[in-house]
Amino acid sequence: MTENAPHAPSTPSRGLRGLSAAVGLAVVASCAAPSVAPTGMMSSIAPTMPMTPLTVTPPSPDPRVGLDAGLFDAEEAAWNLRVVSKTPPPDRFVGRTNSDLAFKDNYVIQGNYDGVQIWDATDPSEPTTVVTYVCPASQSDVSVHGDLLFVSGEGMTGRLDCGPGGVEEAVSQERLRGIRIFDISDIRNPRYLHNVQTCRGSHTHTVLEDPDDADNVYIYVSGSAPVRPAEELPGCSGLFPDEDPNSALFRIEVIRVPLDNPSAATIVSSPRIFEDLVAPPMHGPAPDDLAAVDAAIARGEFVADLGGQTIVLPARFTAPALESIVAARGGTSVTAADSAALREAIPAMMQQMMGGGDGREEMGPTQCHDITVYPAIGLAGGACEGYGLLLDISDPVDPVRLSAVADSNFSYWHSATFNNDGSAILFTDEWGGGGAPKCRASDPYEWGANAIFTIEGEDMEFQSYYKMTAPQTSLENCVAHNGSLIPVPGRTIMAQSWYQGGISLLDWTDPSNPVEIAFHDRGPSDATRMGSGGSWSVYWYNGFLYSSEISRGLDVFEVTASAVMTQNELDAANSVRFEQLNSQGQPEIVWPHTFALARAYVDQLERHRAVSSGWITEVRAALAGAEQMSGSARTSSLNALASQIRGAADESRDPAKVRILAEAVRGLVAAQ
Amino acid sequence: MRRNHARFFLAGLFGPISAVACVSSGPAPTGSTPSPVETDVSRLEALYQARTDSAFLTVHEADARFMTGMIHHHAQALVMSALAPHNGASESIRTLTSRIINAQTDEISVMQRWLRDRDRPVPEVDASGQMMGGHMHMVGMLTPDQLDELAAARGQEYDRLFLTYMIQHHNGAVDMVDVLFATDGAAQDDFVFKIASDIQVDQRTEVARMQRMLDAMLSRDNSSLNQTTRSR
Repeated sequence: MTENAPHAPSTPSRGLRGLSAAVGLAVVASCAAPSVAPTGMMSSIAPTMPMTPLTVTPPSPDPRVGLDAGLFDAEEAAWNLRVVSKTPPPDRFVGRTNSDLAFKDNYVIQGNYDGVQIWDATDPSEPTTVVTYVCPASQSDVSVHGDLLFVSGEGMTGRLDCGPGGVEEAVSQERLRGIRIFDISDIRNPRYLHNVQTCRGSHTHTVLEDPDDADNVYIYVSGSAPVRPAEELPGCSGLFPDEDPNSALFRIEVIRVPLDNPSAATIVSSPRIFEDLVAPPMHGPAPDDLAAVDAAIARGEFVADLGGQTIVLPARFTAPALESIVAARGGTSVTAADSAALREAIPAMMQQMMGGGDGREEMGPTQCHDITVYPAIGLAGGACEGYGLLLDISDPVDPVRLSAVADSNFSYWHSATFNNDGSAILFTDEWGGGGAPKCRASDPYEWGANAIFTIEGEDMEFQSYYKMTAPQTSLENCVAHNGSLIPVPGRTIMAQSWYQGGISLLDWTDPSNPVEIAFHDRGPSDATRMGSGGSWSVYWYNGFLYSSEISRGLDVFEVTASAVMTQNELDAANSVRFEQLNSQGQPEIVWPHTFALARAYVDQLERHRAVSSGWITEVRAALAGAEQMSGSARTSSLNALASQIRGAADESRDPAKVRILAEAVRGLVAAQ
Repeated sequence: MRRNHARFFLAGLFGPISAVACVSSGPAPTGSTPSPVETDVSRLEALYQARTDSAFLTVHEADARFMTGMIHHHAQALVMSALAPHNGASESIRTLTSRIINAQTDEISVMQRWLRDRDRPVPEVDASGQMMGGHMHMVGMLTPDQLDELAAARGQEYDRLFLTYMIQHHNGAVDMVDVLFATDGAAQDDFVFKIASDIQVDQRTEVARMQRMLDAMLSRDNSSLNQTTRSR
């Protein structure tokens, strides 16, 4: 790529002034104790070349194709990622499925179908297991809040006492399906505090930290397994709501955890967020469609309400009905009264033709698979069977559905990730449940993929699909799975797991044009059959990517600088520090003011040719000069630079980003 | 299978011991001696194998019955779907049937593997869904008359019948999962729990989708179903 290559001199329109500025800055930079801030005008910001979109040159042929199999010694391929460490699970969990991850301080908490393991990752090149807590229950989805650890139990084998051996009886008081709560104030000695049983168990859960409520945290429980019998957990009903208003179907569970007494955690609401959810089976009507309906009504044609949309009924439907009305009164031609009678009869006829008529087919999904909350913007993305939902969570106990999307290419909506400013959302489709090989060359790109939507007010607008592109073998279970944002400023970069399809980093800054920028993959875990394995989830945490390998343990990666990712961008990302992380409780990323942050924006302006190369050179020199200064000299230098950048923004091809750069430079004043 | 049991005992008894022996024998000058890293790999793999193989030894009858029955059930979905290209199905139904064929073929293969690993009789299914030794009748499955009716239908009539009968068929699978979960000792196996839960949610989701398609068939061009949709 060209970005690290020397740039040809630009031909600024105001070359003389540009030159004087460059000289002035150079002088400033060379002084040990400068007393003069840059005052000259800079090169023209306007670039001579057109702006370029993000372009990548992936390795060819794709090294992920044809990797040798192996459980702990499979062949690997990586691009723009460095493997920092690969650590097998503790012996107790070898051969048992590893699941999701949560983070606290320097610890990585990894769920396993047999319990929870806690890694000390102070040295990411050598994580060590400090806790192997045996407490069987799939899937052991994990989250933390302060000194509390929450663990999901869904399978039939989970026992209240964490014991082995499962629970043989279909109805048993020994069974745990729901949320377990542990005290991890001494993280090396977790203490089992309490549990909250739920009707469908907990496949996944989401911790919601309400910005307006410091006394409690909330847990949204998503359970996809069948409803437990009432004999096992009183009040549970798998009947439809019209047969039993307390049905455990068509709802989620909200648990409130009082932080001063977590053992009092209990279900406080079961919101029916799917109520009256009727998605039309196609795009909403365009203005032309609406005009066509109006015209048809004006012509006296028959219309009906179908799934919330007005449709014009075709003659093949209305003509026979009209004929039978005419025939019934012994007439020979259609009168206005006949038409009126038909109009009156249409709703009932529609209901009959739709079948059922009990309304059940319009009740929408019975549950969610996972919900990602983004408390900073008061929204959540719900991945719920055949729908992606946008929820208002400003009242945690009473989430309200704002809109819903469906997609004929999507089989099973699995999880959601917002971009940092909340203007777009990415949903995944876990087609085949994660146990099937859905990344073969013959599997369509749109199936088992991501779908990216922009958020327009309360609505979501489809933009694009993204699927990890390297064809995998039929021995590798592969489909879109969990991931999180890497906090590269000014861009939306996400690391994502694809089970045995490995890890893929995608840039979806432009929601309509997602681009893969890095990957890691192994060969199949078994050369002869589809074995267990692959990345369950990969999340960025304080400078590293941690991947939960289903069979192989814990992998740690580092993104390496490349044509699509400069060291400044990585340094700015790594300046972001979390004290804890649950990926489904999406944190707002706020960047500390560092020179790396300003330089990252400069690099991005250069990459997309939004500004002239001469201007880039001068800004870099000015930043380098200011970095050498201190005190009031630095302050006035930075303020002057920020003003110059801001003043030139409108002449660039990306005024918004240039203004963000100006703010980043100004922010450096306060950061001294 | 005998092969599996042999592997279990070999791995369970000798695997770890031989790994320990390699460590205690110390480094040898020959290139054939495993490095410490390789030794750890073989020790871990032996442990992994022993643990996964031991899971094959305890099989609950309800689980085996469910897997066997579900293979028969899925196979008929393949038969129903395979008709689509020959019976003039619309584009949206062709998309749906392709996905059903893809998904259920994969599930049949993992359920077969589960039975094979546990030395149980494995129902064999060919690519078109035909079964060696004939279909077992499971709840929701089409009767021979219904299947003939579907096979004879063309165009829109095939589309309508396919959706109607596949909804019935999928609901049967959901019922089979309910029966499984109501049986003592069932679904203690993680894999059975997962595939049964997945079948339940996947098929319920697909039933809802097919119901929407059936509704839309009334008045809309089916090809427009291949689009992203939106609603409040």
